[in-house]
Order: sequence, then C-alpha cells, then structure tokens
Amino acid sequence: MAGDITETLQQQVQRAAAEGTALDIQGGGSKRFLGHAAMGSALPVRNHRGVIDYDPSELVLTARAGTPLAEIENTLAQNAQMLPFEPPHFGPDATLGGTIACGLSGPRRPYAGSARDFVLGCKMLNGTGELLNFGGRVMKNVAGYDVPRLMTGAHGTLGLLLEISLKVLPRPPASLTLIQECSAEAAIARMSHLLSQPVPVDGACYHAGHCYLRVSGSALAVKHAHEVVGGEVVERPDHFWQQLREHQLPFFSTANCIYRVLVKPATPPLPLAGNWLLDWGGAQRWLVSEEPLARIRACVSAAGGHVTRFRGAPDGGEIFQPLGAPMLALHQRLKASFDPHCILNPGRMYANL
Amino acid sequence: MPAATAEITPRTPIQEELLNSLHAILPSAAVLFDAEEMRPFECDGLSVYRRLPLVVVLPETVAQVQAVMQLCHRLEVPVVARGAGTGLSGGALPLSNGVLLSLAKFKNIIHIDAPNALATVQPGVRNLAISQAAAQHGLYYAPDPSSQIACTIGGNVAENSGGVHCLKYGLTVHNVLMLKVVTVEGELLTIGGETLDAPGYDLLALMSGSEGMLAVIVEVTVKLLAKPERAQVLLAAFDDIEKAGAAVGAIISAGIIPAGLEMMDRLAIQAAEDFVHAGYPRDAAAILLCELDGSNAEVSEYIMKVRALLADSGATEVRTALDEAERQLFWKGRKSAFPAVGRLAPDYYCMDGTIPRRQLPHVLHQISLWSQEYDLPVANVFHAGDGNLHPLILFDANKPGELSRTEEFGRRILLLCVEVGGTITGEHGVGMEKIDQMCVQFRSAELEQFHALKAAFDPAGLLNPGKAIPTLQRCAEFGAMHVHHGQLSHAELERF
Repeated sequence: MAGDITETLQQQVQRAAAEGTALDIQGGGSKRFLGHAAMGSALPVRNHRGVIDYDPSELVLTARAGTPLAEIENTLAQNAQMLPFEPPHFGPDATLGGTIACGLSGPRRPYAGSARDFVLGCKMLNGTGELLNFGGRVMKNVAGYDVPRLMTGAHGTLGLLLEISLKVLPRPPASLTLIQECSAEAAIARMSHLLSQPVPVDGACYHAGHCYLRVSGSALAVKHAHEVVGGEVVERPDHFWQQLREHQLPFFSTANCIYRVLVKPATPPLPLAGNWLLDWGGAQRWLVSEEPLARIRACVSAAGGHVTRFRGAPDGGEIFQPLGAPMLALHQRLKASFDPHCILNPGRMYANL
Repeated sequence: MPAATAEITPRTPIQEELLNSLHAILPSAAVLFDAEEMRPFECDGLSVYRRLPLVVVLPETVAQVQAVMQLCHRLEVPVVARGAGTGLSGGALPLSNGVLLSLAKFKNIIHIDAPNALATVQPGVRNLAISQAAAQHGLYYAPDPSSQIACTIGGNVAENSGGVHCLKYGLTVHNVLMLKVVTVEGELLTIGGETLDAPGYDLLALMSGSEGMLAVIVEVTVKLLAKPERAQVLLAAFDDIEKAGAAVGAIISAGIIPAGLEMMDRLAIQAAEDFVHAGYPRDAAAILLCELDGSNAEVSEYIMKVRALLADSGATEVRTALDEAERQLFWKGRKSAFPAVGRLAPDYYCMDGTIPRRQLPHVLHQISLWSQEYDLPVANVFHAGDGNLHPLILFDANKPGELSRTEEFGRRILLLCVEVGGTITGEHGVGMEKIDQMCVQFRSAELEQFHALKAAFDPAGLLNPGKAIPTLQRCAEFGAMHVHHGQLSHAELERF
C-alpha cells in the first residue's frame, strides 16, 4: 500500500508546466464539492501514501499526502493520541493532503487550534515541478517564511503537497457532553462567557434549541467541569460530535445551499431568515437560507464576518468571500511566485487565482 | 541651495530629499539623524552587530507610517522596522543607507474584547502589558518570551516569539488573529480577521516570523485565554542530564502536556541560583521545571502522576512549589537564566536550535566535547517540552580570537541541530546572525522560492534587505568555506 511516487508526480508537474496545461490535483475526492469546479487534467495523489515517521513521545507525525486520514487517525489512536483539530473527513476516502489543502477543522478548533496550527513542515512541488522542503519535524522553527502554513487552506493553488509533518497531542482521558435547552441568544452568551472561565471546554454547539458543551481532560477535571457547567449528560456523545463534524445531522440534509458563516463568537443571532446551526462556540455558523447571496454577504460583512457558499452553491459568483482589490492583487502575485504558469488547481479557490 | 556645512557628513541628493521630506511628514522630534541621538538604535539584543542608520524615524500614527513608506518607496530607500530592540538575531540591525522605523510610540491598548476573548493593541505595546490589561476579565495572553517585560507585540509577531509555555499554548503564530500592516508602497492592509479564519491564503502565518521582510505591522489583534484556576510547578533534580531527558519523554508518553517543561544544566543552575536565589539544588547535574495548569482537581491529579514519573526516572529530589511566591521564584530562576549566565563571563553567546527531543543526549554530549575543544564554557537551558535548546557560550570578546572561536563553536552547534533533523532557530529568528546557516538548512530551490515570495510583497527589496534569507551568492561563498561531509552545498552555483 505504501508508496513513494514523488518522481512520477514531479514529471507530471514539469510536463504540465512546460506545456502550460492546467492540473486538477486529486486526493480522495471527498471535498470536491468545495470551491469552484476543477478544470484541467487529473493529477491523482492517492498512491503517494504511507506514514513515514511517527514517534509518539515526540508528538510529531510525518506522512505522505495521499495517506488516508482514517489510517492516520487509527495509528494515532493506537497510541492514545489524536489530530487535535478534529478534521472533518466528508467521506471515507479523505486523505491527509486534501485535509491540509482544504484547511478545514472540526468542533475542537476554537479550543485546540486549527489545521494550520498543527502543520510543522511539508515537502511539496511548486508549479514548475521543483521539489521543495519547508518547515520541519520539530515544534519550534522560525527558519524562513512559514510556507507549510501558507499551503494549508490554499486548495492546492500554490503547490502540490507531498509530505506533511504535524504536531499531535494525547487524547484526553475523559470527556463528557452536556446538553441544555435554551434560546440561541442564551447559548451564545453562555458559550462566550465560558471563553473566560477556566473550564476545559473543547466543543460548543447550538442546534435545534439545545446548547451542547463538551468538556474533556482528566477524569477529575471533567467531573469538576460538569459541576460548574451543569446540564444533562448526553449518551453516545462521540456520535453527536462526529455527525456534526461530518455534516451528517439532519440539518445538513438539504438540496439548498449551505452557507458557512464566520463571525466573532459573541455576535448576536444575525437577522437572516433560515435555519441556523452554531458550532465553534458561536464562531462558525451554518446557515441554510433562501435569502439572496448579496444580502447574506452584506449582513455578515456588517457583523465583521465572512461567508463561504460551502455546499450546493448554484453556478456563478465566488464561493469564498471575495477579496478586496489590493488583497486579490497580492494573492495573484503570491500565486505567480509559486506557480508562474498558473497550472495548479487554477480557479478552484477564486476565479482569478 | 547653500553649500553643505562642514560638520555634516556629505549626503547624496536623494538622502537630502529624504531628510527634507521626512521633516515635512513628521514632527522634528520624530526624526533623528544626529549620531549620538541614533546610538540607542544601532543594535538590537544581539549587540555584537552594530551599525548606525541614515536616519531614525519615530512616527506615532498609522498615516505617518504610510507616508514614510510611500516616501521611501518613491526614493528607493531601504527600511528596517524595530520594536523594543530585544531581538536576539540582529533582525533590527539598521542599514547605513536606510531608515530605521521605530514603532516605539505605538503604545496604546486599543480594545480588550472580553466576550470574544480578543485584545487589539498597537505594535509597541509590551507583551506583559496585554496580560495585565486583560487580567480584570480573567483572561491573559499566553506566549511569554523571557523578555516579556520589555519586548513588544509587534516584534513578537515579526519574530514569531515563543516562551516557556509553547508546548501547550503555542507560539505567537497560534495566538494572533489579525494584523494591520503597511505595505512597502505605503498601503494599509488587514491580514487575518477577528474571525477564527479569514478568506484567502493564510497570510497571517506568513507574516508571523517574517522578520520585517514583508510589511510593517501597525496593529495586532491577539487571542486571549482564560487564566487557569491553578498553576503548580514541580522542580526535579537529577544527577545525570540523560535521566532528565528521559523523564521528559516519560511525562509526555503518559499523555500529560505540561504548561511548561524546562531543563537547565549544572552551570545554568548555579548561575541562576547565585543570581536570584531561586532555591535550586546547586549540586544537581540537571533540573527540570514542570508546570501543570488547569482546574484545581486536574492539577492535583497530575501532580501526583508527574511526581511518580519523575521518581521512576531517577530524580534525586522532587519538590512542589509550596505557594504562588515559590512558584514565581522557581520561574524567576529560569527566566533570569540568560542574565544570570551573563554574570559568569564578560560576554555570552546564546544559541537557539531546535532538535527532536530524542536527540538531546547526543547533542548535549557533543556540545560538551566541543566546549572542551574550544576551551569555552557552555551553560544549557532547554525548552525541553518542544525541543528548543539554548546553549549559552561564555567568552570574553576582549581576548583576541575568542569571539571568532565562539562563533565557530556556535555554528557547529547549529549545523548539528540540522544534522539530527532539527532547525537552526526555534524562536530567536535568523536576522543577521544565522543568515549563513540558512544555506545549510535550505537548498537553492527553497531559497529562490523564499526570494520570489518576498518579491510578491516587496518587489524592490526595500524591507529589511539582507536579513533572514541569504542570497544564493552568499550561500555559494559560505558553502565554499564549509564543505560538509565532503559534499559541497549549492554545488550548482558559480564560486566567487
């Protein structure tokens, strides 16, 4: 199963660069719904796989980009460790490379950090097919610009990820999920209040009239947190958080567009009609709405936030929050510095990138 | 125009225009060009490198910074930005033909947003001042470099500063949400946002640790954390530094992530003890400081576990700080380690490599052999949890040849860090100091990519030129001097 196909991939990128043909970088295909439709010839990375280095006591794992995310999580679980950013898979075939390229994080994100926070290093090909190594396999490293984190969430538009080194952490030995019935306003106030309380919250969500709080840590810490936070204990809590993370709750079963709205966590409920689900303690809100896109963007922007048309977006218009002109120009110059022939996932993230 | 007066160094017409225009933009007290006035700006914390700039400017508004950048851009004059000047790699070393742009007057805490656990501050705000301002809300700013009473947040972002709590709470890059920066053209840009992620590329990560090469930071929004209910520190003594290293692995393998996990060797222990009387055991070969934080219950539980792990690892003594005063004292010893070691010799040189933790015994052993070879004592302090090693080489710059011996010793330590899979700098930055070692850490292809990336922000190369990323020519010259394992690095380049 394990395989190093660096040379093949490098030749493919070099050829495409010489011919000026666009490449469509493909991992497991689990997140193809996100972003503009891909164009160009398929460049599959799935066979570039395998965990290369993992010493649990160093808290660092290095794997090839095509390694299935599930395989990495299993390897970590056998050592009572985890990827702290709790990445969504969105399908059984999710790969590490796709996870990092999309830069998505799950419910633990506000409390533990995001995908990019845990990226330590990468080996990659730029758009001319040069093999490059940035960052490393140690936790503190300020030599050179932080290219590995720049690659995170760049949707493959700056480089083809070959290997990724991540910081990993021990799994908390105990966890409880506590549920309380309340209004959205009350849930937001509660989740915001907990940000300044010494309580080991590592998940906070408001869904269908209930506030869900997950507290994790040592057994005593969790017991103590329950006393402070209150609420009913949820049975099979892992199931709930997994369904939330993977968009498998009934909320997400819709043919309409699902918007991802990011705002400051204490932002009051926004005056946009539709169904709301609040994750990340109120900082990431999912919206299913028939309001016009322009109105949604305007309302969220006024609150200091931004919107992604995450799933089911009709054709036309940007998927991610449009960038201002100077910022877009800077993005284009950066793109050109990595991918001068504009062959890596062109247009996948923004139309002009 | 009247002829230049005799006491003024002759300036080029462009320099004349620069000075005249700066006086039009800034109050006269904010433009320093007299050598004595500029003296405090001639170096940062790495004082072996000193140079006077052409002029020092001290703007106090964002509009003034923009105007300065627009002017310098038009006249193609290089600019070096500077915070408190506590950096340890010469990153803020001025250029003799350039402007030294001090952000020292940007001292305001703009807003503490407790419901969203954010603080928005100007770049010249001191690191510790953020936590002090947030304390009334039960919040604090986690990264705590040893210089936190003096260093400023703008400099922290530019260097991606660490501290003793990085293993659990991350570096600066993990704790910053938004920046306002002035580009080389003088344009104001917002990078990141108050939301947990921002649209587009992660420029925030790119700005963190970019050493003033990409833009000038004029505002910083940081994430605040709830102050833990309790923090407790354990001090463990060992008669063998390898046992101390093994104890670190044992704690982490047990699934415990301490808030801080620091190691000091005998020379560092004795220096710190003599300096601040922290109660360290003077005869130990190594001590570990292990801080645990969280809820009362959790800290109690983990203290028992860690005590047992330390004892099993062969600690000769394990002490728990009796109260907050003793906890602070234990940390004071560690945080004073640099100045404490500084009292042992006229000069010291602080290294900053990071290594995979398992390599610690090998690396420390090699350092002690070199210490004998060069006849220069070394004290080691180590952020043991995250593998960041600070060997402090003691020397006397007034003794002929001793500085160059020290620098050679230091270079060998950094090369060793790279060889064992680590890096030449964990948290102090490259600056001027480690620019040649960058040629060992990276190959030409990566360096070229770095230069291309910088050009996307700063095509004319006016922001802190000559720092952080070496030119390929410099590497070729360096490689010719340092042939490693018989392999010539950057072999494809012409030799000069």
